[in-house]
Amino acid sequence: MSEIAAAHDDHHDYHPSGLWRWVTTTNHKDIGTLYLWLAMIMFFIGGAMALVIRTELFSPGLQFVDPQFFNSMTTLHALVMIFGVVMPAFTGLANWQIPLMVGATDMALPRLNNWSFWILPFAFAMLLSTMFMDGGGPAGGWTLYPPLTLQTGNALPFVIFSIHFMGMSSIMGAINIIATIVNMRAPGMHMMKMPLFVWTWLITAFLLIAVMPVLAGGVTMLLTDKFFGTSFFNAAGGGDPVMFQHIFWFFGHPEVYILILPSFGVVSSILPTFSRKPLFGYSSMVYATASIAFLSFVVWAHHMFTVGMPLAGELFFMFATMLIAVPTGVKVFNWVATMWRGSMTFETPMLFAIGFIIMFTIGGFSGLMLAIVPADFQYHDSYFVVAHFHYVLVPGSIFAIMAAVYYWLPKWTGNHYPERLGKWHFWLSTIFVNLTFFPMHFVGLAGMPRRIPDYALQFADYNMLASIGAFGFGFAQLLFLYIVVVTIRGGEKATDQVWEGAEGLEWTLPSPPPYHSFTTPPVVR
Amino acid sequence: MPERIRRLLPNLKSILNLRRLAAGAILLPVASAALAGWDTLNMPVGVTEVSRIVYDLHMLIFWICVVIGIVVFGAMFYSILMHRKSRGVTAATFHESTTVEVIWTVIPFIILVAMAVPATATLIKMEDSGQSEMTIKITGYQWLWRYDYLDHDFGFYSFLSTSRDSIRDRAEKGEHYLLEVDRPLVIPTNTKIRLLVTANDVIHAWWVPDLALKRDAIPGFINELWTQIDDPGVYRGQCAELCGRDHGFMPIEVHAVPPDEYRAWVEKQTASVAE
Ligand code: HEM
Ligand SMILES: [Cu+2]
Ligand SMILES: [Cu+2]
Repeated sequence: MSEIAAAHDDHHDYHPSGLWRWVTTTNHKDIGTLYLWLAMIMFFIGGAMALVIRTELFSPGLQFVDPQFFNSMTTLHALVMIFGVVMPAFTGLANWQIPLMVGATDMALPRLNNWSFWILPFAFAMLLSTMFMDGGGPAGGWTLYPPLTLQTGNALPFVIFSIHFMGMSSIMGAINIIATIVNMRAPGMHMMKMPLFVWTWLITAFLLIAVMPVLAGGVTMLLTDKFFGTSFFNAAGGGDPVMFQHIFWFFGHPEVYILILPSFGVVSSILPTFSRKPLFGYSSMVYATASIAFLSFVVWAHHMFTVGMPLAGELFFMFATMLIAVPTGVKVFNWVATMWRGSMTFETPMLFAIGFIIMFTIGGFSGLMLAIVPADFQYHDSYFVVAHFHYVLVPGSIFAIMAAVYYWLPKWTGNHYPERLGKWHFWLSTIFVNLTFFPMHFVGLAGMPRRIPDYALQFADYNMLASIGAFGFGFAQLLFLYIVVVTIRGGEKATDQVWEGAEGLEWTLPSPPPYHSFTTPPVVR
Repeated sequence: MPERIRRLLPNLKSILNLRRLAAGAILLPVASAALAGWDTLNMPVGVTEVSRIVYDLHMLIFWICVVIGIVVFGAMFYSILMHRKSRGVTAATFHESTTVEVIWTVIPFIILVAMAVPATATLIKMEDSGQSEMTIKITGYQWLWRYDYLDHDFGFYSFLSTSRDSIRDRAEKGEHYLLEVDRPLVIPTNTKIRLLVTANDVIHAWWVPDLALKRDAIPGFINELWTQIDDPGVYRGQCAELCGRDHGFMPIEVHAVPPDEYRAWVEKQTASVAE
């Protein structure tokens, strides 16, 4: 993408070419591109793992893989998709867009930026290499609960170190984003004038700084329990396995908001453009995001209702979790009000954004159901939970990322993507994603536990549907790859504004924008 | 204390039924289509008082979500159909209204309180395992269960009885494929039974959907549950917490029998232990 961007360079820097350019780059656009390509590659790797899972689950009986390998597929699939796809993709979007949106030349800390990215390929190489180690890859679930996770073979320390690396990368990325937003805004770009994408990322960055160290601490305790004779989580040594779950979910619940808040920002940017009408309730959107982030620290034990907490604890976490539905609802209502009486057109980014709102809301509904403790005793660790989090993550976070790519790709490359193909991609993805994940609600309610390689006969039909959907969805994503590649290579030229209804600083720059975004600060009215 | 709280609450059952009726009337076609294969689509109603309350609660929240969904998505689809550029509309310019914002903060809050009330009442009931008439200890192992009848000093292990061949597709799969064991847990109906759940190696979870019971089995800790089954029958479940390679292969089979039959069964067990 930025090969073209480099042509606009103002020639006062030394720029190596070829591979070395990408290794040494400190440019926010190059690094954004690197993050996005990493996410794309990991998306196909994680997707292949999902297809291994869905192949085994196509019909009852064990046909293709050993149960232990099946478990390592579910574990690695989740780790890859969360840390390798959604988080890097959002950081890539942040790198490209935040300087453009706040009117800066680049990120505040360019070298740190380079380092944040280049840790990741090593982290993931290490994580994936565990598949070939003695004892196999990690197979205790992405939640890494002890004592089971401590039964992992040689892979365990490598998994833990790769998580440390990912955490370091995220924290440095977050520091950079905060520093950029706080210090590099153009004159007149007050906080309450910032685009929502910038706001949601600012809040996400604080969440990252708050919780990644908690995860790092938790997994380090696993490491010392396994290799250095401590008993943090070993009841026989006076420890408590449930304590790990508290630590993990104190990270884990804010983490799920790390995975969704930037999507809120993306959707809040796209809807006004294609509705040709300003975002409804800008300030309430900011406050809603902040309250979601705040509340996300006090709901973690809703992932642990079945561990046997005292009644008072269960009630507290139930009420707090239900409370999150209020600001989440406000967001959805504001989006609908933004569309209301607009003058809408439905280009691919808009389709993905609307798909996001509908399917994310379905995931929100199942989330609300999961918050109800007595009912959660039935839902917990069943496919109903699998359906819930895939609705918020796939047609949620992933759709928002795709919407963002379609929306900003013409700005980044100077070329329009092929609109017809984009629409095909949207409709195929939407049909197949629902075919995959909607039946999971049913089998979950009917009693199918999650993370099993084989199941009772009454679940057969819906599992077959889900497997067919998964293959359809997977192949539809090859279309996405194709579209991105052809758009980078060429296509109908985009104007500076790209979209008729687009507003904001990024649309005042040429498409593609110059190598150093705003060399003189723009004036914001 | 729980009794008192429950009396303060409006009659749970009647609220639940009213709402279900109202929602059912709106959505009769959808509901009846779904009813065709109900037990493969929805949570089982189950065979205990608690499981029925949980089911009602689940359906109440579900229908509330459906109604909210219809309103929100309805407004959205109306807007998508009517407010499009191709129909020649020009966009309005409004972008703020404190009144509207307050309304759609307060209304959801009230709905949530309405959900929280029955949920709290149910939870209080579920957590009250006092006055139970007998106790069974359940222990999870990789990958089987053990049941100990603490009042009678006997116990046994319970293994999956589905054959390797049928799992590997070398033999027919029977009706209860993966949900059958060699020695089921036998318990009496109409008796309040306390269950103590623990584990010996890693964390497991004991789950029987028809009893609306699920609790983690944690090594070094004992969790408490209770149930009281109304109807005799066979109720099946599975381990719900990932516990390693054969997590999918440690089912639970509960045989609920009338108290007389249960006493006879216990006598036989204790006799064989004494031998
Ligand atoms: C209305 C908002 C939401 C509510 C009330 C909610 C509630 C819940 C609850 C109670 C659980 C635990 C279920 C169980 O294990 O029994 C859960 C699981 C989960 N949720 Fe949500 N959720 C919401 C939104 C989200 C969002 C936005 C995301 C991420 C983008 C998300 C991702 C997840 C994930 C990944 C899990 C499962 C984690 C695991 O056990 O592996 N949720 N949610
Ligand atoms: Cu959560
Ligand atoms: Cu298990």
